[in-house]
Amino acid sequence: MEMVPLKLVTIVAEPVLEEQLTTELKRLGARGYTVTETRGEGSRGIRASELPGESIRIETVVSAEVADRLLAHVAKQYFPNYAVIAYVSTVEVVRGEKYV
Amino acid sequence: MGEILRQNLLSPVALAFALGVVTKLIRSEFSLPKDIYTALSVYLLFALGLKGGVELAHAGAAAIAWPAAATLLLGCITPLTAYATLRRLGKFSIADSAGIAAHYGSVSAVTYIAAQTFVKGMGAEPEGYMPTLLTLLESPGIHIALAIGAMKTAAPDRDTRSVLHEVLTGRTMVLLVGGLVIGLLMGEKNWQSIAPFYDSKGAVFKGALTLFILEMGIVAGSRLGDLKKVGPFLLGFGIFMPIVHGALGAWLGTLAGLSVGGATMLGAMAASASYIAAPPAVRITLPEANPTYYLTASLAITFPFNILFGIPIYFQVARWLHG
Repeated sequence: MEMVPLKLVTIVAEPVLEEQLTTELKRLGARGYTVTETRGEGSRGIRASELPGESIRIETVVSAEVADRLLAHVAKQYFPNYAVIAYVSTVEVVRGEKYV
Repeated sequence: MGEILRQNLLSPVALAFALGVVTKLIRSEFSLPKDIYTALSVYLLFALGLKGGVELAHAGAAAIAWPAAATLLLGCITPLTAYATLRRLGKFSIADSAGIAAHYGSVSAVTYIAAQTFVKGMGAEPEGYMPTLLTLLESPGIHIALAIGAMKTAAPDRDTRSVLHEVLTGRTMVLLVGGLVIGLLMGEKNWQSIAPFYDSKGAVFKGALTLFILEMGIVAGSRLGDLKKVGPFLLGFGIFMPIVHGALGAWLGTLAGLSVGGATMLGAMAASASYIAAPPAVRITLPEANPTYYLTASLAITFPFNILFGIPIYFQVARWLHG
């Protein structure tokens, strides 16, 4: 089967940011995304946001160019004041045209 | 006063709250499942709205005009006094002051219910349209404080409109306003058919309230450790600001013609700090504001203070104002 290399962007964030983040990542070129509730501990501690509710993990498969844009946006907009991490990995998918 | 305090501290509400705090102190793993907690809050808010709507039908617009005006005035004053106190006396940053002020400008429905239970127990029946006043006080305070914060801090790309939308369409507003409308439309006869389940005088309501307060105790208890982090000023603020707002509310309520019970409840509403609608709204619009400050102040200081001591104090103030 023919596999196409693309970028998987993963953002783990405070639950209050879900609506904003998903709206923005679509605006920046993502075609779709998956959100899961999740738990964990980071540099800001377990109760990162301190608001009730589980953290969220947003995953989206995009082109390298969109991945760059997303990371830059998240870094500028959210890293200073929110408990957010984001990273990019290379993944291989079939139906590559579906994601770009 | 001592006797009233003693009665309040030995009420099921206060004792259930204490059990919640103890649960955390002994590091028990117990807490109410999240869905049950949510279901209880839905029930309590809807019950308030329904009963309030039925009573509102009896009251008529003329009776409620002055109390409603007093409530809206309180909704505008309390965020400003809280902001000025924090900023001037407490030397908090603009974002922190505005964030905390948004919580103190809004209202805690559970404190409202506890006040209602208390004044009824004291034989001072409040006006039936009090839930209408509760809905009036819910949102102006948050909006005013957030507006101060947004004006005074550089606001990069914040969607304030969607935040306002969220506050106005949140669980509390939908259930309270929706309940009021249903209560208003269905009338006394239909109310009687569901009253055994929803009436705040009934066993179901009181039982649900006790369970809900138990969980509130657990939530407050889990924040006790943060008291050390917030410093003595905020600790004092969390106690004295409610007393000032509570006395102001009882006074304005009395001027507007509310009974002792009604004035006490308006005092308790003004004194209370929101912790359901305000935190997410503040987190989104004022990201620089430290959540430890506003959550600890409203949940671990002001809420317990009001439930245990504040409400009897506002009751005493209202009684004194009524001669």
